[in-house]
Amino acid sequence: MREELFVSGRDIPNIDPYLNIWHWQIPIYLFLGGLAAGILFFAGLFTVMGKEKEMETTVKWATFLVPGVLILGLIALFLDLKHKLFFWQLYTTIRLESPMSWGAWVLMFITPLSIIWVAAYIKDIIPQWNWKFGYLNSFEKWVNSNRRPIAWVMMVFSLILGIYTGILLSAFNARPLWNNAILGPLFLISGMSTGVATTMWMSKNHTERKTLGKIDLVLIGIELFLITHMIMGFLAGPTVQLEAAGLFLGGDFTVSFWVFVIILGLVFPAILEIMELSGYKVPIAIPAILILMGGLVFRFIMVEAGQLTRYLY
Amino acid sequence: MRYAMAVDTKKCVGCSDCVVACQTENNVPIGYCRDWIVENVDGTYPNVEIELRSERCNHCDNSPCVRCCPTGASHIVEGGIVLVTHEKCIGCGACIQSCPYDARYSHPDGYVDKCTFCEHRVKKGDQPACVAVCPTKCLYFGDLDDPYSDVSQVLKHRKFKVLAPEAGTNPQIYFLT
Repeated sequence: MREELFVSGRDIPNIDPYLNIWHWQIPIYLFLGGLAAGILFFAGLFTVMGKEKEMETTVKWATFLVPGVLILGLIALFLDLKHKLFFWQLYTTIRLESPMSWGAWVLMFITPLSIIWVAAYIKDIIPQWNWKFGYLNSFEKWVNSNRRPIAWVMMVFSLILGIYTGILLSAFNARPLWNNAILGPLFLISGMSTGVATTMWMSKNHTERKTLGKIDLVLIGIELFLITHMIMGFLAGPTVQLEAAGLFLGGDFTVSFWVFVIILGLVFPAILEIMELSGYKVPIAIPAILILMGGLVFRFIMVEAGQLTRYLY
Repeated sequence: MRYAMAVDTKKCVGCSDCVVACQTENNVPIGYCRDWIVENVDGTYPNVEIELRSERCNHCDNSPCVRCCPTGASHIVEGGIVLVTHEKCIGCGACIQSCPYDARYSHPDGYVDKCTFCEHRVKKGDQPACVAVCPTKCLYFGDLDDPYSDVSQVLKHRKFKVLAPEAGTNPQIYFLT
């Protein structure tokens, strides 16, 4: 009989309360990184497919958000560091086993790439724009005549960026809620969905919106499927993962997860998009904002809840 | 060479001398510690058992903290000791998240700090500070590759366990039960 089980554990006031070392900066970054990856991926995809005219917002206008989004994300990441002045140590080495090293290098590559992508479109917004230096003009010409190969590179790197936001967490064996193979694809799809929602919100073109709405519906479907499988995986797992699933199935995060992420963040916008596609007038901002809110809340919940799941103490 | 430590849970009285010795030896800031005492009380009253454990970094063979470190600040030196180079650490917290034993903490100066097995003493042939001061002699330290070292001998003759073996890290702190 072990009805009364006491595990007194340890209590170090200066350490134990601070082991959940990641706060708002990380979920904000994960959200912004996923958003940027989503916008860039579809900009690249429709460029490669040769639909620059039909999908102008996706290929052109939405990407103007990306450099800002990525820089905000980088600022959040920088604020998270505790030994800030040493951040450059990230770029003195490449560590293939460390997801964070991958992330640092991908960001180092994709941020300038997105700036170049946008800068070569700037004359479409400000026609009298002048680059002042001749080599910048010729570089712009080169970028505009090589959009397709650049789009391929951008797609690959945005996939790495999107999937990395999940793998960053799933690589931690010691936090059982994060430690599942589905988290990488799940965060990638969720990030793509937020990217598509943003583009859809910005688009003025009816057919473009319709195409994006269909893509978003598919992404939401995949996301629900992956979340179901994640929870099934936990329920078939060891004790620590059962406890992790318990946080969403009756535990502290039940309401926030099911109400804000599943219902308001995925199911309800999906219904609105289906209504829109079948001819009802739905203000596009509503599903878009709900999807963005759902993605953000999902990342906050995953980061917070994950740090509560432990092996000991 | 493979350094390891054995903790005799039958002899430990939980006096915390190991904790204070470590803080003094390694100049650990006040209020922080690299090793600690866990008291487990288990069972149904009146049949309860108590187990006292002096715990610290497990210097795992398969150390997730070293794998996830983006700068290489966390690394392994001779004897399997896991160390952190303070000047390379950016304080990202990845290693703190990756440790199933919660053995790492954020030093007030920003970098991540943890038990070093008193590497500076061990390489001179001394015992780690915690082992040297233990009044009940319940800590054994040595080289597992040497069959005559204290730790090899005691692991040969006693039953032992490790913490959270299911985490798959192959920890090197053994608890004699």
